[in-house]
Amino acid sequence: MEPKIKMCTRKLDFFYDTFQALCDISLDFHEYKSTALIGPSGCGKSTYLKCLNRMNELIPKTKITGDVKLNDDIIYSSDVDVVSLRRKVGMVFQKPNPFPKTIFDNVAYGPIINGEKNKSKLTEIVEKSLKQAAIWDEVKDRLNNNALELSGGQQQRLCIARALAVNPEVLLMDEPASALDPIATQKIEELINELKKKLTIIIVTHNMQQAARVSDRTAFFYMGKLIEVNDTDTLFTNPALKQTEDYITGRFG
Amino acid sequence: MSQINKEKGVQFIFLGIALLSITMLFLIMLFLFMEGIPVFEHVSIKEFIFGDLWYPTDDEPAFGIFPLIIGSFSVASFSAILAIPLGIMTAIYIAEIADKRIAEIVKPVVELMASMPSVVIGFFGMIVVAPFLQKFFNIPVGLNLFNAGLMLAFMAIPTICSISEDALFSVPSALKEGSYALGATHLETIIKITIPAALSGISTGVILGLSRAIGETMVVLMVAGGAAIVPGSIFDPIRPMPSTIAAEMAEAPYHSEHYYALFAVAITLFIFTFIFNLAADYISYKYKQTEESY
Repeated sequence: MEPKIKMCTRKLDFFYDTFQALCDISLDFHEYKSTALIGPSGCGKSTYLKCLNRMNELIPKTKITGDVKLNDDIIYSSDVDVVSLRRKVGMVFQKPNPFPKTIFDNVAYGPIINGEKNKSKLTEIVEKSLKQAAIWDEVKDRLNNNALELSGGQQQRLCIARALAVNPEVLLMDEPASALDPIATQKIEELINELKKKLTIIIVTHNMQQAARVSDRTAFFYMGKLIEVNDTDTLFTNPALKQTEDYITGRFG
Repeated sequence: MSQINKEKGVQFIFLGIALLSITMLFLIMLFLFMEGIPVFEHVSIKEFIFGDLWYPTDDEPAFGIFPLIIGSFSVASFSAILAIPLGIMTAIYIAEIADKRIAEIVKPVVELMASMPSVVIGFFGMIVVAPFLQKFFNIPVGLNLFNAGLMLAFMAIPTICSISEDALFSVPSALKEGSYALGATHLETIIKITIPAALSGISTGVILGLSRAIGETMVVLMVAGGAAIVPGSIFDPIRPMPSTIAAEMAEAPYHSEHYYALFAVAITLFIFTFIFNLAADYISYKYKQTEESY
């Protein structure tokens, strides 16, 4: 049975002023699967990721054409509320960016701006999210400490918990482990494999072993174009194009 | 001369220059205390601070500076009520909301306001604001607490605004993006993320702006009315500490009681502004530790 397509882009072009960063990208993301976006630096994969929750709109002088759909709804149409879109399509950044607030307040931030006022409900959401992000045991006794006291790996898992607290359907991750040490990286990867049971994950990574470990499908980007996309196993063992093979075997990039 | 000796010589020169400026400031402070403390032979510290009569030239002189202290604080508080919200909101507009082109015009204009000589502001208060207040509120004189507070707010706003703007501007964009990515609106992000993260800079700006207002002399001398009374309403005239010193020092005979008393007023003022600056330093230090984690 064909898996359900959760999110997709059709003929997506993206411009920074006059520079075309993305060119004609059509790509599907399957529900409850994780898709890795790989490619050399500057190939447009992070830019592409930002287009999926309209974070690109925060950068002045950019232009986007083509369609991005979430559950078959076009997310760039004028009647879509960008705020509610970003609640459905969460994002975790390259560098951990916890707010300079307590651990509790970091996770509760999303639900609170969503209008949740009930204190016991919030406590419940915070606990659930921290457990989902596999950091509950490490922080449960110091929820009122400042989040900046945590280590880098803990901060990143806190950021994941923060994203999960608003119940997203899709989670975008922009090189979530690139600033972390191997053990913290391993924890994040285990977490991704756990999370994709409940949501759809799209992860940008520079590390091809990581792509192989955490993703079901992999898309290879080069110079703003989508070169090849396939099941991760197939793409890594039997790439269709020479260019993909050169990249994954480390001949360039 | 060998290289090492040259190096030592340069170090020595710099040490000397640094010591010179610090020593001079220290000597001014020493002088201030030496000239002020003798007044307490005539009047106790308690009477001096809490006495509410300031008649320094009477046959039975009274040196109670309570009205002067209240004058200084009331005018500083009134200007704070006006200047803090206006200064911070202007800073938020420039740093977060305004179009880049508009911000590039507004920011230098606000900073230019800081370079306005205080005598010009005082003159404006006397000639334009005072008659207006007189008519508008139907009061006998326009030179009063209200007018002085208004003018001091004018002077404090640029400082508050410009320091706050720098602080808001330097909030890492990663934090704001994190907030947007959770579905926060622009306004929610400003209120819940950007302002709290910039709080150290904003508080520093506020305190520096207000310590300028509390130490300001010329404006209050010109527009505050100059009556040494504890004000009962915002339309009463007041006589803050700096304008008292400026107005009376020239007439006080050298080493008279009045002369000593004025120096003691200066000591009081010095202590207040010193505490203000200390607080500013402490607050910016306290918050900076969290900011440096980025």
